[in-house]
Amino acid sequence: MTPHPAIELAGIDKSFGAVHANKNINLTVAKGSIHGIIGENGAGKSTLMSILYGFYQADRGEIRIDGKAVTIRDSQTAIASGIGMVHQHFMLVENFTVLENVMLGAEGGQLLAKGVSGARKELKRLEAEYGLDVDPDAVIEELPVGKQQRVEILKALYRGAEILILDEPTGVLTPAEADHLFRILKVLRDQGKTILLITHKLREIMAITDEVSVMRRGEMVATRRTAETTVEELAELMVGRRVLLRVEKGEAQPGKVLLSVKNLTVKDGRGVTMVDNVSFDVREGEILGIAGVAGNGQSELLEAIAGIRKPTSGEILIDGQPVAGLDPAQLRQIGLAHIPEDRHHMGLVLKFEEYENSVLGYHREPRYGRGALLDLDAIRKDAEEKIAKYDIRPPNPRLKTANFSGGNQQKIVVAREIERDPKMLIIGQPTRGVDIGAIEFIHRRIIEMREAQKAVLLVSVELDEIRSLSDRIIVMFAGKVVGEETPDAGEQTLGLMMAGAV
Amino acid sequence: MDYFDIFVSILGSTIRLSIPLIFTALAGLFSERAGIFDIGLEGKMLAAAFAAACLAYVSGNAWIGLLGGIGISIVFSLIHGFASITNRGNQIVSGVALNFIAAGLTVVLAQAWFNQGGRTPSLAGEARFLPIILPGVDVMRDVPIIGPLYANVISGNNILTYLAFAAVPLSWWVLYRTRFGLRLRAVGENPAAVDTAGISVIWLRYRALVVTGFLGGFAGAYLSIAQSAAFINNMSAGKGYIALAALVFAKWKPVPVMFACLLFGFLDAVGNFMQGKPVPGIGEVPVQAFQVMPYVLTCVLLAGFIGIAHPPKAGGVPYVKER
Repeated sequence: MTPHPAIELAGIDKSFGAVHANKNINLTVAKGSIHGIIGENGAGKSTLMSILYGFYQADRGEIRIDGKAVTIRDSQTAIASGIGMVHQHFMLVENFTVLENVMLGAEGGQLLAKGVSGARKELKRLEAEYGLDVDPDAVIEELPVGKQQRVEILKALYRGAEILILDEPTGVLTPAEADHLFRILKVLRDQGKTILLITHKLREIMAITDEVSVMRRGEMVATRRTAETTVEELAELMVGRRVLLRVEKGEAQPGKVLLSVKNLTVKDGRGVTMVDNVSFDVREGEILGIAGVAGNGQSELLEAIAGIRKPTSGEILIDGQPVAGLDPAQLRQIGLAHIPEDRHHMGLVLKFEEYENSVLGYHREPRYGRGALLDLDAIRKDAEEKIAKYDIRPPNPRLKTANFSGGNQQKIVVAREIERDPKMLIIGQPTRGVDIGAIEFIHRRIIEMREAQKAVLLVSVELDEIRSLSDRIIVMFAGKVVGEETPDAGEQTLGLMMAGAV
Repeated sequence: MDYFDIFVSILGSTIRLSIPLIFTALAGLFSERAGIFDIGLEGKMLAAAFAAACLAYVSGNAWIGLLGGIGISIVFSLIHGFASITNRGNQIVSGVALNFIAAGLTVVLAQAWFNQGGRTPSLAGEARFLPIILPGVDVMRDVPIIGPLYANVISGNNILTYLAFAAVPLSWWVLYRTRFGLRLRAVGENPAAVDTAGISVIWLRYRALVVTGFLGGFAGAYLSIAQSAAFINNMSAGKGYIALAALVFAKWKPVPVMFACLLFGFLDAVGNFMQGKPVPGIGEVPVQAFQVMPYVLTCVLLAGFIGIAHPPKAGGVPYVKER
């Protein structure tokens, strides 16, 4: 007789109002395996995992852990059933030590003193068994992200988790940190733990999972043995049609220098130097990619160029003219378009209707109104044209922006900035939280900008994206440019540069 | 009066003026470390002062008065919790509303019940917490320096004063040495971490607010049945806000809270003493110059001149489970 599978989901169904997030989901995960769950944003992966971890309760269906039917009412019962979760946004108290974070919720008594020595001993054991070394007395906010994630894993193991759910675990990691994580996961699997890996990165699925299940629009559409499938097949299953994974583009024909950054230094609000003496040029008809792990000064660099943050020293020239003192509106007028890194904080007002966001920042232009008054008819007509051209769904300019999916929200921003026909475009994280279909579309638009002889500056933490779009790549680490490479440079070379190892 | 006598007298009054601040600031500490801003400390103090005075008068027993003060302060805390935890309302608005309710209701009820122009009848004897003379005061009195300090600063205070100073290490111990304290500090920083650890954020925050109410009751009772002998209209006179300032000044830590309260109490005492007395070379300094000091100091601190005060990260934000 074969042993019971670690997890069995039978007929799980969940709706939020009109949204049918999970439709009759069946899933079997073998004990001691790494099982990938892949799907576009909004495909229902997170909802399914939240049901498994007790954040929500399914409307229908059964969950069996180790062959036993369980009702997971809340996180407490999930933990008691041996399920641990590593969230995409770490659930850590940043000014607590590692030990305090691990103990939280499993203190072992009313007084802390009793639990502390036991917890220390247990952490030592886990470290030895799984190679999860973290100083128990280190404060979380002083640890690099990779180690913070290890604390999350330790938290789950400390609570006796046999099943570990990881939600988009590599989003914030360097390639080297991601590899380290994968090694840890393999050790955990070999020791008999079961791992559920949620991701939208096909490469990770191929690299580490034993089996993979694909979700699309709330349904579980397929389960494959990883060894017997291909990236192309998985992509097609995810999107429901064939997708071009490679970006087709011609030779670059760089013209004159349009944007020039010279010895730029930028400090953040706390006075910490985030961009340190950075210089580079972007020419017409080329895409310059800036690679780097999040938080190495790319955000501040973009903000300085876009006129949002004042540089401490150095020069920014557009077409040979210094622009460091100009505000974002003036920069827009001279032909600089900016697609910000975070559409929720900078790109959009989520409570506005779609048509309002589609002109935001350009609303003073005569075609959208006279004097203090807006010409709403013109704006809505303009919004409808953009919706048609960019295939924004649902095609309703009167819908609240918050109700669009991530990919469609991003398209609203992209349409607004590109349709203005700027001379140069600066983009941060063009496809963060965007589904594959929309990624393909947005990449196409960026290439078109280049082919129309615009200058494009692209910042992304997705190395694949940087490599497939850029004509030249510079890598930032700790605020400095550590080197320039061509897109043919190996992932390992770039990865080492991103980790500051070169 | 020689300078040493003046010093001892100011020190004695520093202690008396600091006690309501210490209780209130510690009350605020538990609430704010749990992520609930509490601008309603003032109202709790006032309502507790009134309830304590009423019950002490009716029963003739100061302890029953204290219990009444604690009770009403907890009720106020729970209303704040119902508005801001259960219904995820704005914590500042809820706190301000409670302050107004306390300011109005106490006077109206006092007038309706006792007809003395918004105050409660004077308390005497057992209905008040009276000064306790510590043993050995008579023997010690003649010892130079230590003697007067012992007799006039350390001895001669009421029981609540000693409880306030005991509450400081006790608060520290609860916050840093117990499971409740660990969870409470965590919920003020990252409630999602607490929630995913399988702990109820709502229940935890309510418990923190009960502690806040409990301590707030002592502050109110101190005003009306220990320091004074009756409830008087608006007798808290902004002490709740000063306590809040002390809490910020102390960066939300129990022992520094005590020192901040003593400092602000000292400024108050000096201000009172200086009233009507000219300062050599400057002339008479208006008492308001001293009264404003706690706020000025807190602003200076917030502006980053004395290190940086990081409030609990989740403070003021109602917890909503993310989808």
